[in-house]
Amino acid sequence: MISKQDVDHVALLARLELTEEEKELYTQQLNKILNAAKALQEVDTDNIPPTAHVLPIQNVFREDRVGKSIDPEKALAIAPEREESFFKVPKIV
Amino acid sequence: MDLYQLTAHRLHEMLVKKEVSAAEITKAVFQRIEQVEDKVNSYITLTQETAEAQAAEVDKRLAAGEAIEPLAGIPVALKDNLCTEGIRTTCASKMLGDFVPPYTATAVQRLYDANLVLVGKTNLDEFAMGSSTENSKFHLTHNPWDAERVPGGSSGGSAAAVAAGQAIVSLGTDTGGSIRQPASYCGVVGMKPTYGGVSRYGAVPFASSLDQIGPITKDVTDMAHMLNVICGHDPLDSTSANLQHPDFTKYLVNDIKGLKIGVPKEYLAEGIDSQVKNRIKEAIEKMTELGAYVEETSMPHTDYAMPAYYLLATAEASSNLARYDGVSFGFRVADAEDIVDMFKRSRSQGFGDEVKLRIMLGTYSLSAGYYDAYYLKALKVRTLIKQDFDQALEKYDLLLGPTSPSTAFKIGELINDPIKMYLQDICTIPVNLAGLPAISLPCGLVNNLPVGLQLIGKAFDEGTLLQAAFTFEQNTEHHRLRPEL
Amino acid sequence: MTQYETVIGIEVHVELKTNTKIFCNCTTEFGGEPNHHTCPVCLGLPGTLPVLNKKVVEYAVRAGLALNCQVAEFSKFDRKNYYYPDLPKNYQVSQFDLPIARQGYVEVEVEGQIKRIGIHHMHMEEDAGKLVHQGNIMTTPYSLVDYNRGGMPLIEIVSEPDMRSPEEARAYVEKLRAIIQYTGVSDCRMEEGSLRCDVNISVRPVGQQELGTKAEIKNLNSFRALQRAAAYEVERQISVLETGGRVIQETRTWDEAKGITVSMRSKEEAHDYRYFPDPDLVPVVLDNQWIEFIKDSLPELPDQRRSRYVEQYGLPEYDATILTLTKEMSDYFEEIIGHYDKPKVISNWMMGEMSRLLNVSGTDITACKIKPLQLAELVKLIDQGTISGKIAKTVFEEMFESGKDPAVIVKEKGLVQISDEGAIASVVDEMIAANPKSVEDFKAGKDKAIGFLVGQVMKATKGKANPDVVNKLLREKLQ
Repeated sequence: MISKQDVDHVALLARLELTEEEKELYTQQLNKILNAAKALQEVDTDNIPPTAHVLPIQNVFREDRVGKSIDPEKALAIAPEREESFFKVPKIV
Repeated sequence: MDLYQLTAHRLHEMLVKKEVSAAEITKAVFQRIEQVEDKVNSYITLTQETAEAQAAEVDKRLAAGEAIEPLAGIPVALKDNLCTEGIRTTCASKMLGDFVPPYTATAVQRLYDANLVLVGKTNLDEFAMGSSTENSKFHLTHNPWDAERVPGGSSGGSAAAVAAGQAIVSLGTDTGGSIRQPASYCGVVGMKPTYGGVSRYGAVPFASSLDQIGPITKDVTDMAHMLNVICGHDPLDSTSANLQHPDFTKYLVNDIKGLKIGVPKEYLAEGIDSQVKNRIKEAIEKMTELGAYVEETSMPHTDYAMPAYYLLATAEASSNLARYDGVSFGFRVADAEDIVDMFKRSRSQGFGDEVKLRIMLGTYSLSAGYYDAYYLKALKVRTLIKQDFDQALEKYDLLLGPTSPSTAFKIGELINDPIKMYLQDICTIPVNLAGLPAISLPCGLVNNLPVGLQLIGKAFDEGTLLQAAFTFEQNTEHHRLRPEL
Repeated sequence: MTQYETVIGIEVHVELKTNTKIFCNCTTEFGGEPNHHTCPVCLGLPGTLPVLNKKVVEYAVRAGLALNCQVAEFSKFDRKNYYYPDLPKNYQVSQFDLPIARQGYVEVEVEGQIKRIGIHHMHMEEDAGKLVHQGNIMTTPYSLVDYNRGGMPLIEIVSEPDMRSPEEARAYVEKLRAIIQYTGVSDCRMEEGSLRCDVNISVRPVGQQELGTKAEIKNLNSFRALQRAAAYEVERQISVLETGGRVIQETRTWDEAKGITVSMRSKEEAHDYRYFPDPDLVPVVLDNQWIEFIKDSLPELPDQRRSRYVEQYGLPEYDATILTLTKEMSDYFEEIIGHYDKPKVISNWMMGEMSRLLNVSGTDITACKIKPLQLAELVKLIDQGTISGKIAKTVFEEMFESGKDPAVIVKEKGLVQISDEGAIASVVDEMIAANPKSVEDFKAGKDKAIGFLVGQVMKATKGKANPDVVNKLLREKLQ
């Protein structure tokens, strides 16, 4: 069972600010989903390796050559706030 | 027949014979949009000027007597999670409401290079999270067959647009069925190629190890042409397979004699609508009649695919969606006190409910103390599901079943029940977990709503899928059915 | 009073000297307009994907082998998830359970003893961007973000908690830096941040098995800061324990000006990095032959070079150790030897005048205006008798200031040694006449008295007289 405190903690980790109603709703919905996920515990996976990638691809590399970059203005132009060529953010602490 | 109702390959013949111009095709499609968009609402952004310029370019080449590519001048719609330089790419989210990417997705660039004509960006469930397109921050999209019903999702706009003649072909993305299920609900052809077959560069990720771009078309021939354009290795995507793909049109052969088809009994278990089952059984009969050898088989871990999928997909999503924080792009609240406040409120206001729910679930399943029980367990179960497929596909050339357990459901019907909503994808999810190619094609109607037949193939064997699908299509009339609007 | 034992473990981040970033083809050039060395990939824009720079793997393997590590045949990348505005994706691509190298060691010399410091593992990862504040992070009204450094390739080297004193800690990082510099994979410039270390310190009563609670100290950008901070922190923790307090596990920062460590956060949030395999990157699988090839092509490392200096050049252990401490110093030394094969004399210059002046000016050998060839020439001038050893020191100082050739300085200032007996004889006569007391002493058998007379002659000739000639003449005349 996931508690409202768990939901609070997870929301903090995920940087989400939830209203009381949302907390209620998410607690309820997450419990439903996690309950369904319990079925997985029935499966014997003792000697089964995990599959993070379905394809057996390995060693994909790029040569160490400087490429053409985009105009930095293009990236700065879509910033919510900038100062000269910096991205501007509220104070950290 | 009106131009907008035709297939791409038919329009190509007409273009080459100068029976029609690219400009006329584009005009017909935009007129159709004007006529039915109120009812269907497939699009988030229309790009008429771009389309007209691209069409004019094709006409210029035709006038100069140049040969054109098979899909040149064909109007295409893109799911709005595919990045298009200079054209906003919203993911149907407030978070990216006015995000204009400074780069173009590789698959889209290939369409540009093949001279298709960009109609616009289609509606989806926010960040591709959903099975009904109801989770869009912009508006609902309605099923062209019945306005009270959903078009499926998350590529609902792309499927509805093709079904309603608002585009000739389109691209969607498929993480757990998001191309095949809406194609099924809208009575069109949808395909998820093998993982690694199409570059993911520029497709805004939901779950990177499951996401794949694929086409939605009116028939299998158009599908083969679309695959020819978008498949292939991309050095910008490390998970892109470095393989030479065949000319997929070579597989447009009306012959499945001796083809071995397995029908996993789990795909026709309870929970699948009985009338949908009937359409599938008819399809099996048809396949048998055409010379295929069809047999029941078993995929014992099918039931575990849904929970495994939800743990894995949301875990990856929780990390993929962490970058939406208001720092260098996307939505930012106006009056943040400090950085943590900005992060929290920008994300809480920028994301919709389903997205937040999935971020919460994914964060939880990766967090200390739960990783082994949830995330790692799910990765191991994924291995077992993949083994089910490996074993079955050693015996059979392909597997067959329904795309979705039911036909399109009513708008609002499942929105408050995530589990029931997730169950819409039980036949499609296992395929993503195994990374295999699968196609959904129309196989008849139930109560005037389309049913989709799903064929699942071996990795990088899209050819066999196309050949079986083409043969089925050539010997049935289902794909000719169009909704009345 | 309880006796305490110090336990130190160190995490060192080293920026690799590749041309491009770890996952995109942006330049790694230092400096540049803010955010001008970026692209959609290292800005973490949606839909962009990382592709691993091959050189990063090669460099990491080289460093791993030089640190006596086992290089992993199979390694993979993971995402380390945490929110911070210098991290564009809010996760850092790093390696968690299957790093590129593990189980290595470095040998350091502390108080004449060789000690082996274990390396737990070494992994590859991407660097974060930089935050710019007005004033400091606590008082600034807003911050500015520059992602030029974001995505620069790093290796992180995590030691075992094997060090027992601030001196050992310093010796370890100095040695590590030397080894990595020798491999050529990084400049390891602490001032520019291409080598950064975080030090974990705890204390425990002597004899206690389990480790004490540790504090992690960040922001150490010189060896001096590292040693001082460690020493301060040891004292602080002991005094906390002695006054009945408890050491809190926390991150502290070194305040160079005040000479103290300061707690960084009051409301320390429980860290939960939620590592998981990065689905956008594929595993790195290295074959043994390739690893062997890299191993065989490793350049000479500090310990090997030190032994060679002792054997080949006949230098004392001490000289050899100091000269090989940094690659720059050692390369400089060898270049001089190439010009003029007098290792011991040159070593004396390097360890004496050179390090004295470098210390005074607060620079290092790379910024030194004297070119190796010039130092070789200076020593030649002495050996040829053109200048005296004493004058040479003056010339050296001038070279250090101006970078001029020694011959030019000698000529400009008229410092050529006078060895002409006729010219020196008259001064010798003058000094004998002026110092009857010393003459008397010498004649009475006090041999030392001649030293004073030599000094007087040298003084009168402004140091230019050849002391050997002066000595000889004095003895002849006083016979």
